Amino acid sequence: MPEFLTNIFGKTIIVHIIMGAVPLLFILPYALVVIYVEMKLSSHMQNRVGYMRTGWHGTLQPFADIFKLLQKENIVPAEADKILFSLAPFIVFIGMYAAYAVLPFGSGYVGSEMEIGIFYLLAVSSLVVVGILMAGWSSNNKWSLLGAMRSVAQIVSYEIPAALALLGVVMLAGTMNTEMLSAMQSGGMHEWFIFGGTLPLWKKFTIIPFMFIIFLVYLVSSMAEVNRTPFDLPEAESELVQGYNTEYSGMKFAIFYLAEYGNLFLISAIAVIVFFGGYTSPFGKFLSGGVWDVFWFITKGMLLVLINIWIRWTLPRLRVDQLMYVSWKVLTPFALVGIIVIGFILVV
Amino acid sequence: MFLQLFDIIFYFFATVTLISAGIVVFSKNIVRSAFSLVFTFFGIAGLYVLLNADFVAVAQLFVYVGGILVLLLFAVMLTQKISNLQMKITTLHPIIAIILVASLIGVLCGIVRMNDWRIITISEIPQSTAQSIGKALITTHILPFEIISVILLVAIIGAAMLARKSEKKS
Repeated sequence: MPEFLTNIFGKTIIVHIIMGAVPLLFILPYALVVIYVEMKLSSHMQNRVGYMRTGWHGTLQPFADIFKLLQKENIVPAEADKILFSLAPFIVFIGMYAAYAVLPFGSGYVGSEMEIGIFYLLAVSSLVVVGILMAGWSSNNKWSLLGAMRSVAQIVSYEIPAALALLGVVMLAGTMNTEMLSAMQSGGMHEWFIFGGTLPLWKKFTIIPFMFIIFLVYLVSSMAEVNRTPFDLPEAESELVQGYNTEYSGMKFAIFYLAEYGNLFLISAIAVIVFFGGYTSPFGKFLSGGVWDVFWFITKGMLLVLINIWIRWTLPRLRVDQLMYVSWKVLTPFALVGIIVIGFILVV
Repeated sequence: MFLQLFDIIFYFFATVTLISAGIVVFSKNIVRSAFSLVFTFFGIAGLYVLLNADFVAVAQLFVYVGGILVLLLFAVMLTQKISNLQMKITTLHPIIAIILVASLIGVLCGIVRMNDWRIITISEIPQSTAQSIGKALITTHILPFEIISVILLVAIIGAAMLARKSEKKS
């Protein structure tokens, strides 16, 4: 794809800009679809119908919502720190979007094939943390600040089990390059890292339970990192109004919203790359290559997003002490044990 | 073409780093200083990337932005009334300050002048930085690596002890 674009435009800089904009073309329609699916699914889970009036079964509702947000007045609280207040949503969005640089959507489209892809993913997401703190503090609102504090404390503590879980797979694969990780699992479903990759048979069977453990650790902690419902203490409506984005309205609120959904796909995509074969087809050579790669990547990612939505509307919110208990006394020890055992199995 | 682009990116990161570092020092609002530090770290990470040191750049983001800066912001925000406090940014002891700054600049300039800078070509840069760093850490530099890990463990246990004590009193 880059060569083909270079032939058209001649200059590499233009190609880089175009390549950088491609994930945005995915995120915008994806967010519209997922917002609709989430609302509709949650309504049916709660025995109601949800959107019905705009378009067939409310399919035009997300568009209506977008237009509503675009038209809204952009309010900045009088006592807020105006510069930081305006900057915060963009910092959050940049932190989310920068991570898309290393997502291999297909063998033909990889933004950056850097050697340290997984490490980079973990590092740039810290920009989101800074953005949330900035939003909470600059709003000059106690609820916002408390929400931001909770959110950051939560993300920082759940980063540890998430990183440890990813480390287990990195040990198995021997690389942090996201493109390589995907390509290593191209043999079909049985070669996915969650099923032990391409190890010899007996090693595979001993490693599978531990791969499942670290996958569950990753799933739970990634859910906490995007502040979604079992872990939505940062925006607990009954306690904190809306959390760090209470004071935001119009476009700035929309950007927070978009960043949240972008992050949701991001964590699912990382799980797909690391555990479920990335862009490769689950049937080996069958239906693989070209557009099929992109199809498989997005399908797998969307399935995990669906699981996230399903869990969100099933479980109630945790208490703060339970939140810390889950992170430090359950997930972290399990991930550590998983890593040690995987290391032993690999060395033996 | 390539050189021009490289230069533009370099000057971009350099200006971001310098301006934000200036805000860190001269801003009267401590929280703004702390937030401005994000851009300083980000600019330095960008400069590392330009030097083909991708691992160092990402480690910079991971450790400084993700760890130290968040901790710093927490400390600043949890300290009550600090957002209304106007920081003093005037010089208190000009003579001592001048001596210290002058000696620091002298040492830095001395290092820059005396160091035997080696210019390497792109082909000499190792392809996989992470792998060679990992190998070096557990072979040649195993002792410092272990000492650092023990020190960090001590720090963690100490922090946990301090937190526990205050809980008992209240």
